[in-house]
Amino acid sequence: MEILGLYNYWVFAILLLIGLYAVITKPNFTKKLIGLNIFQAAIFLLYISMDKVDGGTAPIIPHGAAKDIIYSNPVPQVLILTAIVVGISTTALGLALVVRIREAYGTIEEDKVISMDRDQ
Amino acid sequence: MLAAQYPVLPVIVPLLSAPIAALMPNRSLAWIMASLVSALVFATAVALTVIVSAQGMISYEVGGWPAPYGIEVRVDSFSVVMLLVISGASTLALISGKASIDAQIPSDRQPLFFAAWLLALAAYSGIAVAGDAFNIFVFMEISSLAGYVLIANGPDRRALPATFKYLVMGTIGASFYLIGVGLAYMMTGTLNIADLHARLGDVPYLRPILLSAAFVTIGLAVKAAVFPLHVWMPNAYARAPSAVAVFLSACSTKAAVYVMLRFDFMIFGGAFAHHDVQFSTVLMSLALLGMLIGSAVAIYERDVKRMLGYSSVGQIGYILLGASMISLGGVSAGVIHMFNHAMIKGGLFLAMGALVLRLGGGTLDDLKGAGRTMPWTMGAFVLLGLSLIGMPLTAGFISKWYLVQAALDLGTLGIVLIAAILISSLMAVVYIWRVVEVAYFQSPQAGASKHQEAPLMMLVPLWAVVLANVYFGLDPSIPVDLATNAANILLEHAK
Repeated sequence: MEILGLYNYWVFAILLLIGLYAVITKPNFTKKLIGLNIFQAAIFLLYISMDKVDGGTAPIIPHGAAKDIIYSNPVPQVLILTAIVVGISTTALGLALVVRIREAYGTIEEDKVISMDRDQ
Repeated sequence: MLAAQYPVLPVIVPLLSAPIAALMPNRSLAWIMASLVSALVFATAVALTVIVSAQGMISYEVGGWPAPYGIEVRVDSFSVVMLLVISGASTLALISGKASIDAQIPSDRQPLFFAAWLLALAAYSGIAVAGDAFNIFVFMEISSLAGYVLIANGPDRRALPATFKYLVMGTIGASFYLIGVGLAYMMTGTLNIADLHARLGDVPYLRPILLSAAFVTIGLAVKAAVFPLHVWMPNAYARAPSAVAVFLSACSTKAAVYVMLRFDFMIFGGAFAHHDVQFSTVLMSLALLGMLIGSAVAIYERDVKRMLGYSSVGQIGYILLGASMISLGGVSAGVIHMFNHAMIKGGLFLAMGALVLRLGGGTLDDLKGAGRTMPWTMGAFVLLGLSLIGMPLTAGFISKWYLVQAALDLGTLGIVLIAAILISSLMAVVYIWRVVEVAYFQSPQAGASKHQEAPLMMLVPLWAVVLANVYFGLDPSIPVDLATNAANILLEHAK
C-alpha cells in the first residue's frame, strides 16, 4: 500500500515527464510553453506534498490557541509561491517572444523558423 | 559603518538602480547611470577581495536574523573570484558598448535595456554571495529572465528563436535545480548551504539526497552549457547585441559552474561515500567530450561569434576537467580558468563587437582584410586568441600550466587528460588561425576601403583586457592565490 500512499509523488513524476515530453517533441512554440507550464506545475505539487504533516492543520496560530496543535510546515508553501511567480514571469516573457517571432517570421512552428533561417 | 554592509551592496545597489535607470529621460543618462553603478559594484568587489584575503570568510545576516533561520549572505574567496568576473565584465561591456548599443538598440528602448542589464548584474552578484540554496534559485531566475530580455534585443530576427531556446532550456535547468533543492529540504529541513552540509550527515535514508545531487548537477549543467547540454549557447551569444555577448559570455555559464561546484563539493561531497567518484566520472567524461567536440565544431563554423560560442563549450570543459580531478591542484586550476576564460572570451567578444560595428557582420567573409583596415582591433583579437590557445606569457597559459600539473599527479589517466588538453589546444590554433588568415591574408571586399578603426572608447577597454591578459600571464599571483583559497574551502567541506 506504500506505493499508493505516495500517490502525489507518482503524479509529480508523471506530470514532470508529460511536460518534458511536450517541450521536446512539439514543434509549436506555444505548445512548448504549455509543456513547460505542466513541467513546472509538477514541481509545485512536489513542494506542496512535502509540507503536509500527518494530522497537521493550516499554519495559522489563533490568539490564545492551545499549545499542542500540530501545524503543517509553511516554508515550502512560501518557497513555491516564489517559484510560481518566477514561472508566471517566464511564461509571460515566453509568450511575448512567441508574438515577436510570429511578427518576424509569420509562423510559430520551430521547424519552419529553422528552415527560414537556413535559407537566409 | 558602510564597510560592514559591503557583502550586500553588489546586489542591493544595482537592484535599486534598475527602476531608476528605466525612468531616465534619455539613453545617455541611462547609460552613464548603468556604467557608474557597475563600476561601483566592481569597486565593492575589489574591496571585498582585500577584506576576504586578509581575514577570511564574511558572513552577513540580512535584516539581523541569524542563520540558518534568516537569510545569510556569505562571501569567501570563491565568491570574490566570481564577483570580480561579473562586475568587471559588466563594467567593461558597458563602457565599451556605447557605440554598438546605439547602433543596435532603438534609443527609446535603451533605458529599459539598461534596467534589464542592472537586474542581470544584481542577480549574478546575488548568485555569487548567496548563502542559501533557494535564494540562489531566485537569483538564477532573475539573471536568466533579464538575460532573455537582453538577448532578444539582438540586431536581427534570429535573436528571437535563439532566446526562446535559451528560455526553454534555462527554465528546465533551473527547475531541475529546484527539484534537487526541494528533495534536500525534504530530508534536512534547511536551505542554508552551511547548515545543509552540517545536517546531511545525520540523514538516515540517503536515496532522496542522491536524487537531489543528480537533479542539481544536471540542472546546473544545462545552465552551464556543459556538453551535450550546450545547444542553447552558441546562438544565444551570437545573436545577442554585441555588448550583451561580452557580459553574458563572461559570466552566465560561469555562474552556473560556480553553483555546481558549491553544491557538489560543499553540500553533497561530505554527505555520502563515493560521491566524489560519481561526480568525477560523469563530469570528467563530459568535460573531455566538450573539449574535443566543442573545439572541433568551432573549426567548421563560419560565423565567428558562433565559433567563439562553440569554443566556450570546450573551455567550460577545461574548467570542469580541473574540478573533476578533486585535488587541490585540479580544483584551483578550474577556478583559475574560470577567471582567465572570462577575461579571454569577454575580450574576444568585445573585439567582435568592434568588428561587427564597423564591418556590418561577423562572418569570415565580412572579416576579409580586417587586419589592414582595423589593425588595433584585429591585433587585440590575435593576442586574445593566443591566450585562448594557451601561449606562454598570456593568462591562458597559466590555466593550462596548472591544469597539466594537476593532471600529472593522476598517473596514466593524467597522460590521457594531457593528450586531450593538447589536442583541444591544437584545434584552438586552427580555428583562431582561420580568422587570422582571412583578416590578414585576404584583400578587403569591394567598397571596404572606407572601413575605419573602431572608436577609441571601444579600443581602450579592449586593450585593457589584452594587457590584463598579459599581466596575469606574467604575474598570476592574484588569481592563483584566490583560486587556491577557494579550492581549499571547497575540498575542506568535501571531506
